[in-house]
Amino acid sequence: MVSLLAFVGLMSHIPAVFAGEVITARFDWLPHLGLNFTLMLDALGFFFAFLILGIGMLIIAYARFYLAREDNMGEFFTYLLLFQGAMVGIVLSDNILLLLIFWELTSLSSFLLIGYWKHLPEGRQGARMALVVTGMGGMSMIGGMLILGQIVGSYDLSVILQNRDLIQADPLYVPALLLILMGCFTKSAQFPFHFWLPHAMAAPTPVSAYLHSATMVKAGIFLMARMWPVLSGTPEWVMIVTTAGLITMVLGALIALFKHDLKALLAFSTVSHLGLITMLLGTGTAFGAMAAVFHILNHATFKCALFMVAGIVDHETHTRDIRRLGGLRYLMPITFVIATLAALSMAGIPLLNGFLSKEMMLEETLHTTLYGTPWLVPVLATVGSLLSAAYCFRLIGHTFLGPKRDDYPSPPHDPGSGMWLPPAILVVLVVAIGVAPFLAEPFIKLVTSAVLGDAAALPEAHLKIWHGLGTPLYMSIVAVVGGLVVMALFTPLLRAWDAAPRPEAKDIFDRIIGASVALARAAIQPLHDGAFTRYGAIMALTVLAAGYYAWATGTSTPPTRAVQMPGAVPIIGWLMLVAAAVGMVLLHRNRLLSLILIAIVGLMVSIGFVFLSAPDLAMTQITVEVVTIILLLLALNFLPNRTPIESSVLRRTRDGIIALAGGVGAMGLSYFFLLREAVATPISEFHLANSYKGGGGSNVVNVILVDFRGFDTYGEVIVLGIAALLIYALTETLLSSPVRARLLNRKPDQPRSGDMHPTMMVVLTRVIMPVALMVGFYIFLRGHNEPGGGFIAGLVVSIAVVMQYMASGYNWASARQRYPYHGIIGSGVLIAGLTGIGSWFVSKPFLTSDFGYVRIPPFHKFELATAALFDLGVFLGVVGAVMLSLESFSRLARRAHMTESEHAMDIDPSRDDQPPEATAASDAGKEV
Amino acid sequence: MEFLVASAVGVLTATGLYLVLRLRTFPVIMGMSLLTYAVNVFLFASGRLTIGAPPILQNGVETYTDPLPQALVLTAIVISFGMTAVIVMIALGAYLGSDDDHVDDPAEDDTPQAQPQEDQA
Repeated sequence: MVSLLAFVGLMSHIPAVFAGEVITARFDWLPHLGLNFTLMLDALGFFFAFLILGIGMLIIAYARFYLAREDNMGEFFTYLLLFQGAMVGIVLSDNILLLLIFWELTSLSSFLLIGYWKHLPEGRQGARMALVVTGMGGMSMIGGMLILGQIVGSYDLSVILQNRDLIQADPLYVPALLLILMGCFTKSAQFPFHFWLPHAMAAPTPVSAYLHSATMVKAGIFLMARMWPVLSGTPEWVMIVTTAGLITMVLGALIALFKHDLKALLAFSTVSHLGLITMLLGTGTAFGAMAAVFHILNHATFKCALFMVAGIVDHETHTRDIRRLGGLRYLMPITFVIATLAALSMAGIPLLNGFLSKEMMLEETLHTTLYGTPWLVPVLATVGSLLSAAYCFRLIGHTFLGPKRDDYPSPPHDPGSGMWLPPAILVVLVVAIGVAPFLAEPFIKLVTSAVLGDAAALPEAHLKIWHGLGTPLYMSIVAVVGGLVVMALFTPLLRAWDAAPRPEAKDIFDRIIGASVALARAAIQPLHDGAFTRYGAIMALTVLAAGYYAWATGTSTPPTRAVQMPGAVPIIGWLMLVAAAVGMVLLHRNRLLSLILIAIVGLMVSIGFVFLSAPDLAMTQITVEVVTIILLLLALNFLPNRTPIESSVLRRTRDGIIALAGGVGAMGLSYFFLLREAVATPISEFHLANSYKGGGGSNVVNVILVDFRGFDTYGEVIVLGIAALLIYALTETLLSSPVRARLLNRKPDQPRSGDMHPTMMVVLTRVIMPVALMVGFYIFLRGHNEPGGGFIAGLVVSIAVVMQYMASGYNWASARQRYPYHGIIGSGVLIAGLTGIGSWFVSKPFLTSDFGYVRIPPFHKFELATAALFDLGVFLGVVGAVMLSLESFSRLARRAHMTESEHAMDIDPSRDDQPPEATAASDAGKEV
Repeated sequence: MEFLVASAVGVLTATGLYLVLRLRTFPVIMGMSLLTYAVNVFLFASGRLTIGAPPILQNGVETYTDPLPQALVLTAIVISFGMTAVIVMIALGAYLGSDDDHVDDPAEDDTPQAQPQEDQA
């Protein structure tokens, strides 16, 4: 339906296109890069879009009946339409960068289509090979296109096409030409990149018929035609393009002749015909271009029909091996007629369209001189035609003619009309154009003039069946007769072919790929050997080297700030921090001790924050410190308590040197900038000036968090939530793996306390709970004007809840936990987001805040800002994330043989029934 | 004062780096925490050091310290908690799963894998 709509849409532009107009649509996408979404519909684009959409419709109808019941049709048609869209994009885009994007899209979607039957190894390998080759070509084309854009100074195709002289005079013309041709040749399977196309035949037949007859392989041809006005005509162009085309044509036809697989035969014949078209474009004359355009149309019709026929034969007989077929004309008469007409057209038999363009091709070769030998091109072209005729005859003769056999893998018969109608429609076109070429002439001439642009005048020649007794006709006769002779001698020829040594392109390809993989391994393995410590050292050294380079080459200014003299207290604090940090290095093997030491470091850092006018930071740091230590303690519960000595003295010295260098670097850098003013005026002046006026709060840090940089904060809350969910997910995975059994049967490595939930602690935490919640609430409310806010309040409340877990046990606490933490995180993010969205309703940007003052009579007037609502979101996000992480950790700690009591206290004076285990446990505790 | 802060950053970086280069997970986590402190203090110090001028607007007070680094560091502290929690969880999972808390992958044999043989078409 999409294709049909697009086709109808395309048809609606027929009058304008036939009037020679160029329709454009423009939409600026990334104007800074010169990448704009500009579309252009001229006759050439129309011609290709017509082929793509028209044949696309037939293919979709055909595929509907071709695919088996178990194939996933939705997936198939999604890929197919993706591909079709990308193709149409290529032919219609007016911006070469946009064209490149569509170009790569076709490579990707064709990869998906070729590998559609994922269970077949050939499909996967063929898809991979196609992707490697066309992707590589795409890369080089990007380079070529960029050079072209640089030369002209615009990436608009319509501008580039008008600068022929400028481009051809540029010294970069040859590299650009080579790179672009590389892209075209890989896509259109030209020698020496022809080998991927036959391997792509592992795809379902509709894909082969669509991609490899009418569309994808024509993309390279299209581009050559598109760029014809600016690139063609130079000696380099003629030499490269004509040679490649000629070799491809002869070689493709030769290989096709000896292929036994119907689709492989057709694939190589496609390669051969693409070579023919390339060669015609390469001659660089107007007549050659016209012949090329005509042959594109003819080839699309008969080759697509033939592919569909091959699909039908495969579908009905369950084999595509020509050696196992024959005599099908009795069993599949309709298919036989279609196939014969299409194949004869391909062979160049009069009254069919293939004959006309082949005549034009031969005519053109007579005027082409390559390497100074005028006979070379016509002779090779005749040989190519001869071989081409031969494989066409073989296709008809060995598949449909001959005696009826009785060993078909499946009894063949004509398929339903859904399958034979699409190729039949194409064959009608084949015959119509062949009999009455004047019908197609205006259209072909129009397209040709679009190809030529301003570079050359439209040729005077007309399309007709009878050109008179000229040399081309004799060449044609030689080809057809020669083809019949080859057919007659086929058996001995085949024997000779099989005996002859010949390079298999796929082996070479595999060898090249294997070599590059080995090379990449050799380069990566020594650097990337899975040793994290080595990466760490390499990274540290790199950063140091970069820093040193910047230091050595940069300029500096003398200090502008006076050094402030520290008092006794800061020095003592510094001493404690340094002692703790150095102590960690010396004593890090005792893990519990290092945990205590790092807590001292954290404490000193937070005190430092208070001292240096950052109360918010200090509060955050100290609360985070508490939860981090709890977390690490929980982790240490499972990890070994000591780190054994493993690294050698040499290694420790090396690490020590790296560490010292890093430390000296960091110290030097901070000392340097602490003594100088900022290079540019910081934005903070603005924040200080507008915090109260614009944000309604006098705590500037908090206003920055919830207002000026609210979007950052929003993102950070989301990140925190994701981290917590990740921890939860990891815990779940751990608990559903064999690790769970090990955890449950774990023997504690240290004696446990007998009273797991001491009465004193339970009572104390329960008393503290409301106080802690109150403090959290208070900190939250004052946050906008005094130190505090959502982050800190969230942490305080989390600590209050964690205390309950610690004192009263996991089961008791989680049984009283009414809202799941996931939900709390989610609601936090939602509330923050909705607050931000709320500003849309008063047509302000996302996260604009507003505030006002409210006074409920007995109380002092207080302020309400939307920012507070945002802060509430932050608060909920933090509580949920912290609690979810800690909860996940403590879930690991539950053990099987310790049935946790649902009572908060093991010994509860108000309870009459003393659980026996609890008493026993407490007795055991006393003994230990 | 400036020297104290700068040297504290230096000491934290050096000790953090040293511990990060250890072979077991726990010291590496500790080292990361120390590096986090170093980075946070470093970022905070980029607002230059001011004593007794918190960025709480009050009537009649004209000098305030730079609030922006504080806001950035505040979120950094909270995020670094999340990060620490995640790496601790990963370390724990790895240890519980394989009974080994080494940071480095066990040494593999260096012979490259044989190329998968492709079918002849």
